[in-house]
Order: sequence, then C-alpha cells, then structure tokens
Amino acid sequence: MIKSFIYNRKIPLAWLLLTRQPLRLFVALAGICFAGILMFMQLGFRDGLFDASVTVHRLFDTDIVLISPRSMSSISMSGFPRRRLIQSMAHPDVVGVSPVNWNFLLWRNPQNLKTRSILALGFEPNDPLLLEPGFQEKALLLKNKGRVLFDEMSRDEFGPIPEWFRQGKIVEAEVGGNRVRVEGLVSLGPSFGADGNLITSRETFLQLLPNNPPGSIEMGLIRIKPGSDLGQVVESLKYNLPNDVRVLSREEFIDFEKNYWRTSTSIGFIFTLGAAMGFVVGCVIVYQILYSDVSDHLPEYATLMAMGYRLKSLLGVVAREGFILAIMGYIPAYLSAEGLYLLVRNSTNLPVAMDFQRSLIVLFLILFMCMGSAIAAMKRLIDADPADIF
Amino acid sequence: MFNNNILPTVKISSLSHSFGLGENRRKVLQSVSFEIQPGEVVLLTGPSGCGKTTLLTLIGALRKVEQGNISVFGYDLKNSSRHIRQNIRRNIGMIFQGHNLIRCLTAEQNVQMGADLINNVPYLLRRRQARDWLKVVGLEDHMDKQPHDLSGGQKQRVAIARALAAKPKLLLADEPTAALDSVTGREIVDLLKRLAREQSSSVLMVTHDPRILDVADRLLEMEDGKLFTTIG
Repeated sequence: MIKSFIYNRKIPLAWLLLTRQPLRLFVALAGICFAGILMFMQLGFRDGLFDASVTVHRLFDTDIVLISPRSMSSISMSGFPRRRLIQSMAHPDVVGVSPVNWNFLLWRNPQNLKTRSILALGFEPNDPLLLEPGFQEKALLLKNKGRVLFDEMSRDEFGPIPEWFRQGKIVEAEVGGNRVRVEGLVSLGPSFGADGNLITSRETFLQLLPNNPPGSIEMGLIRIKPGSDLGQVVESLKYNLPNDVRVLSREEFIDFEKNYWRTSTSIGFIFTLGAAMGFVVGCVIVYQILYSDVSDHLPEYATLMAMGYRLKSLLGVVAREGFILAIMGYIPAYLSAEGLYLLVRNSTNLPVAMDFQRSLIVLFLILFMCMGSAIAAMKRLIDADPADIF
Repeated sequence: MFNNNILPTVKISSLSHSFGLGENRRKVLQSVSFEIQPGEVVLLTGPSGCGKTTLLTLIGALRKVEQGNISVFGYDLKNSSRHIRQNIRRNIGMIFQGHNLIRCLTAEQNVQMGADLINNVPYLLRRRQARDWLKVVGLEDHMDKQPHDLSGGQKQRVAIARALAAKPKLLLADEPTAALDSVTGREIVDLLKRLAREQSSSVLMVTHDPRILDVADRLLEMEDGKLFTTIG
C-alpha cells in the first residue's frame, strides 16, 4: 500500500493551496479551533454536570437500592418505611442492608457564620455505606453523638473545615441549630444539587432533624451474594415488596438521578444548544474560507481542467482542503479543551474530563463541518468553465 | 490509443458556431473546414474577434460542438462521451496567452502537474521528467522559483514545459507571444516549434503577431468567422 502510494504520489495541491496564504489559513484554523473548543466545553459541561449529579451515588457500597416512589431526585428524596428494607432480607441472596437517611440541612460556616444548605447522610456506623477504603474506621468515630464526617471536596463557602481539621484543631459547626463536631474527612465531591456533603450516624441525624419519623428512611442499600443474578433478585424484590418502595439496581439508581437532570431540567438543552452554536459558527467560517479560496483559484482550477484534469480530481482537492483544515483545527482544539477542563476541575471540583467518546464526537462534528463546507464550496468549482480562461 | 498516424490529427468539416440567444445571436464561425496533419505546425491569424479563440476551445474539447464536425485523433468530438473527451484533452497540450501557471506551485511543480497526467509512471520518474523538461527549456536554475519570481518569458517557458510534459499529440497555443517582447517572443516560438518537432506533435497556434508567421508550415487566415486563404 505504501509502495503504491509512493508510486501514485501527486503534488499535494490542497496543502499548497492552503498554505499559500498563511494568514487566511491561520484565520480558518483559529475559527475551527474556536468552534471545536466551544463544542468541547459545552458538551464537557453537560456531561460533567450529569456526572457530578451522581458523584455520591457512585460511591455507595450496594447492589440494589430501595427508594420511595415519590422521590424524584437527590434534591427531593421522600421517606419510606424502614420495615421494607428489613423485609427484603427475607430474600436468600440478600446478605446485608444499610438504612440511610438523606436530607438537606443548614450548615453554618464557623468562620463567617453564614448558613448554606448541605446534604446530610445518616447511617448506622456499623453498616457499610461507602466503598472508600478506610471508611469503616472513620465510621466508628460517629458512634458518639453529635459527630460528623465532612466532605473535604465541599465548596469553600462552608468554611475552611478541611484545613482546620488537618491542623489538628477541634472543628465544630452549627447544623440545623445543633452543634456538631467534625470527626473526620471523606472525599465525595459536590454535585448539582449539593454544594457539600456530610455523613453522620442515624442517631445524630434524627437529632438534627427531630421531625423526621424514626421509622422512616430515604434510601435502603441492599448487598447481595457475589455470583447471584442481580436482575433476578431485583425482579423478585419488586414482586414481593409492596408498592410503597421502588427497587432499583445500582446502575438504575445512577441513571434515575442522571435522568432527572437530563429530562426535568433545561441543562441538557442549554448545553447542547451551545455546542450546536459552536458547530454553526464553525460551518460559516470554514465555508467562507473554502469558498473564497476556490473563487480565488478559479482560473487555476479552470486551467487544470483544460489541461485534462477531471472535475472529480479537482473536487477531491477541495475535499482534501476541508479534511486538512478539520485535522489541523481539531488538534489545537483538543489540546486547549484538555487545558480548560483542568482549569474547570480545579476551580469548580466538577468532574469535567476529556472522554474518548466525546473526543470522537467533536472530531466527527468538525469533520462534518469542514466536509460539508467543502461540498458547498465545490458548487463554485462546478461552475468553472475552462473555455473562459482563453 | 491515439497512435493512428494515417489519420489527420485534427479534421474539421463545415463547423459553425454562434453565441448569444434570439436577436443577439451572432455567428462566430461559419462553415470552417481544414485539417492538421501529424507533426504539422499551423498558424491561425486574423483580426481580433474573428473567432480564432472559439475555434481553439472547440478543438480542445472545452466547448460543445453545435454544427458541423470536429474529429481529433480520429475521435468525433460531437458524439464522444465525456470520458473520451477528457482523454482527448489529456493528449492536447495547452499554452495560454497569460501562461496560467498555478501560483502556489514552483516552476518544477507546475511542470509536474503536466507530467502527473500520464498514468502508470512512478512519482520519481515523473519528477525527473519535470526537471528534464525545465532543462530543455533552459530553466534549470529556476526550478524552485514560484511564478511571481519569474519573468514573462520564463513563465511562458515553464508553460511550454508543462504542456509538453504530458506528452501531447497536439499543442494548442493561444497567442503565446502576446505578452512578450519581440526577441523573447521569437525565442519562445522557435523553442516551441523545435520541441514539437522532436515530439512529433502537431501545433495549432493562434496569433496576430506578424513577426512569427514564418515558423508556420501552413498559415490559415480567418475573418468574420470564415477561413478565407490558405498559404502553403
């Protein structure tokens, strides 16, 4: 193949036509790159926000999750009877359950005394909750009343809790009108709904929210025997439990949350629209550049036609120009997007990262943009009449 | 494909052509007939607007034949498929008044654009041929220059090399000396004739430069779309 390539090699006309005017090439590449960055950022934010909405969800040590059918998302979790979770233990494949309380509480920043809503999880310190290594030991610290674990990735507005804690200070804060002491740090990450997280025992949780009925929980974690059929257990629990609970596998639980943000909010639409605008802007720029390039070189294309070059091979030159622009514009867009993602991650803690699928989607969009513009510019070339050059 | 030497290279019989529509319709060619034999150098002269260039583009298969007939290398242009016309075009070298070199290419690359039209020749050989042709036209020291760095005469030499690099059986030249001074014009025409002879290609040159008429084997004069004298 390489041999035949060398054999049939021709002058790289597309490349030479493009590089003849470096300024125009630069403008074209800047335009494509800009469009690419815009698409990368918008799609990145969109996916990042959806991912961020399930940062906590992914960490639970569970196979099956029970929630109330009235729960719409992590920001509006309803309670259901804890008895249902106990009932589920009747299934032979279920090896363990953890009841979890889930609600938003007001955290008062101990530094500037401003209050802010924080997501609080309450669980029995003896039960497994998170997959994080070393969590089990930290959980035991919660056996004392009024102790909490603070998410060190919470937004700074909650106060310099992690710094103070690492300095060995005794960190105390006011939550829902009660004093709590930070007994350890965990690493969860903020999400859409929650700017910060704290974990505490159910006992403390009920103290912080005295109106919460003690027999009611917002989430039940169910772990099953390794090797048992997840789908079958889910089905059997659905069949056996009354309709006042909803049975979801871990994946379904994550999708349930993502789906809320995707369908019940305008986030997906807004960011997809942003990406589409980047695409349109890119199309206009590339079309302009290619069209004026073809127009400028029309006498030369006509000369080549008169010499015996086929229209097809000249259209190929335009197509190759489009392809070269796409690749040369994509690479800087990709690299800039990586850099910007890093910046976003550092400043917002949102899990915005380059992912292979998105990099392919943007590459495809840029290719589509450039090739589409090339095809539109070809119209100009088809009009070229070699008889006019005499 | 076009090796039949018995046939005339170009045979034109009662060719008529007009431009415009309705009342503005104007005949530019009126029943023109002539032949060009292989290896012959034919000059076509006449006042401007008499239809010389139209005739040239018709022979070059760049325009549709309306009335009458043109056959090039034995192929009837009127009834040939696009594919055949394209192949005919590949075997016709074109030299233009304004040289029409590709601006973004060097002299060598321009000539290679001609050589690239020949199928089944490896890249390196085509490249060498391009260089050889530039040597033949005396530009071995200017291979890497772009057209805007070359003088008018040098550009026209590159154009000749480009036309010949495709090994044409017929060369069509449209006033190749119009933009050149008399000495350079003379050199160019002599070079063109010599090289065409060596390649045994026929040449049809449109000109109204009276200084170069003596290179012709045959002179055709045209006026008002009619061929009226033939000086042998």
